Amino acid sequence: MANTYFDPADLRKFGKIGEFQKEYADKFFEYYNSVFKEGALTAREKSLIALAVSHVAQCPYCIDAYTTDLIEKGVSNEEMMEAVHVASAMSAGTKLVTSVQMMNKAKEISM
Amino acid sequence: MAVKSLAKRKNPLSEPSNQIKLLENKKSELKSFQSSLEEIGLKTLHAVGVEIFQVNVGKMCNQVCKHCHVDAGPDRKEIMTRDTMQLCLKAIEQSNAKTVDLTGGAPEMNPDFRWFVEEIKKLDKHIVVRCNLTIILHNRNYYDLPEFFKKHQIEVVSSLPFYDASRTDAQRGNGVFDKSIKALQMLNGIGYGIEGSGLILNLVYNPSGAFLPAPQEQLERDFKKALKEKFSIEFNSLFNITNLPVSRFLEYLIATQNYETYMQKLIDAFNPAAAVGVMCRNTISVGWDGYLYDCDFNQMLDMKIQNGKVMHLNNFNSEFLDQREIQVGRHCFGCTAGSGSSCGGSVT
Repeated sequence: MANTYFDPADLRKFGKIGEFQKEYADKFFEYYNSVFKEGALTAREKSLIALAVSHVAQCPYCIDAYTTDLIEKGVSNEEMMEAVHVASAMSAGTKLVTSVQMMNKAKEISM
Repeated sequence: MAVKSLAKRKNPLSEPSNQIKLLENKKSELKSFQSSLEEIGLKTLHAVGVEIFQVNVGKMCNQVCKHCHVDAGPDRKEIMTRDTMQLCLKAIEQSNAKTVDLTGGAPEMNPDFRWFVEEIKKLDKHIVVRCNLTIILHNRNYYDLPEFFKKHQIEVVSSLPFYDASRTDAQRGNGVFDKSIKALQMLNGIGYGIEGSGLILNLVYNPSGAFLPAPQEQLERDFKKALKEKFSIEFNSLFNITNLPVSRFLEYLIATQNYETYMQKLIDAFNPAAAVGVMCRNTISVGWDGYLYDCDFNQMLDMKIQNGKVMHLNNFNSEFLDQREIQVGRHCFGCTAGSGSSCGGSVT
């Protein structure tokens, strides 16, 4: 057992999760690879979305993988940072929108 | 940014034997290139003729790019003499090569560069010049290079690692991006890269760091759009070239602790189709001193072609070279990763 929970070397082992359950792993990777192909959205746009989601999910493997992928795709540092800000703004927004509930309750019980 | 070559800094990596020692370290857990070849049923790689005759006319350059596999720079004085160029001309005649590819350093800095081009032209060969762009604006001796290229219908191939200054200058030096843009506008101005002109201007994309290039088609589309919109620049094709762990790029990988990860990335991306199409199979590379190599990278690692004894232009043997066995090493993973990499871009 490694002495840290997150080991960068484990990212390369992701493809081997089928070792314990092949059928589902195969289905997952087939689905995953299809999703990231060019479609109505470009592969570049999909990777930027993935980077934003990686930050919301706080997944260090995903951040490593999609930062590399985006730099390889020629995406600028500014574009990547803007995507992370979208994720952050959304995360903040999902918290702040519930403040309406707090406001409603406060008003309800106040004179 | 390193401002001097490895050689000038007396860095141990300026010795090709030290680079090979590191790359071929037997204790390393990295797979050998030979074993990857064997896994796809190839014991050896052999040439299939010589279509491209690539000549490195010298290591002198006006730039000191961080990733340069030649370890070129203003402090490098090794340049090809006119006598060696004469030997090249004889060899080109003997070979079946259709294209002569001139590289450096900045090939234009060789005082016999223009004479050499004119002599090659007499042999009716297609000429490619690997022009770093900034040389055109370096001083008045070079301002007329675009006209010279046009006069001899030379195909110009130029590096531009990104369509903005940040990544370009990080790799090639401060101010290189702005000068490159001006030079590209000068080339466009006389017809280079403009559809229908017949004057070919291709750009080279080298990743500016320890990562692989995206598919060539996608990058070409992005480059064309960005350069056209921002600077009204046009060009013909974009060639992807993966950085090989040689000379200053090897130094960068080690200094930034990216070496193992980058090598593993290249190995994981090994593509059998790219291995079959590697450029060394139809190319010969000539060093500034006339020695012969399978490619420019083997040249920088001093892996001379052997035919009983080391091969030089003096004992040029077209028949042998057309079928020679190619010398390989872990650095070759750079040319077989993903879509493959060559001086003409992706190979698959």
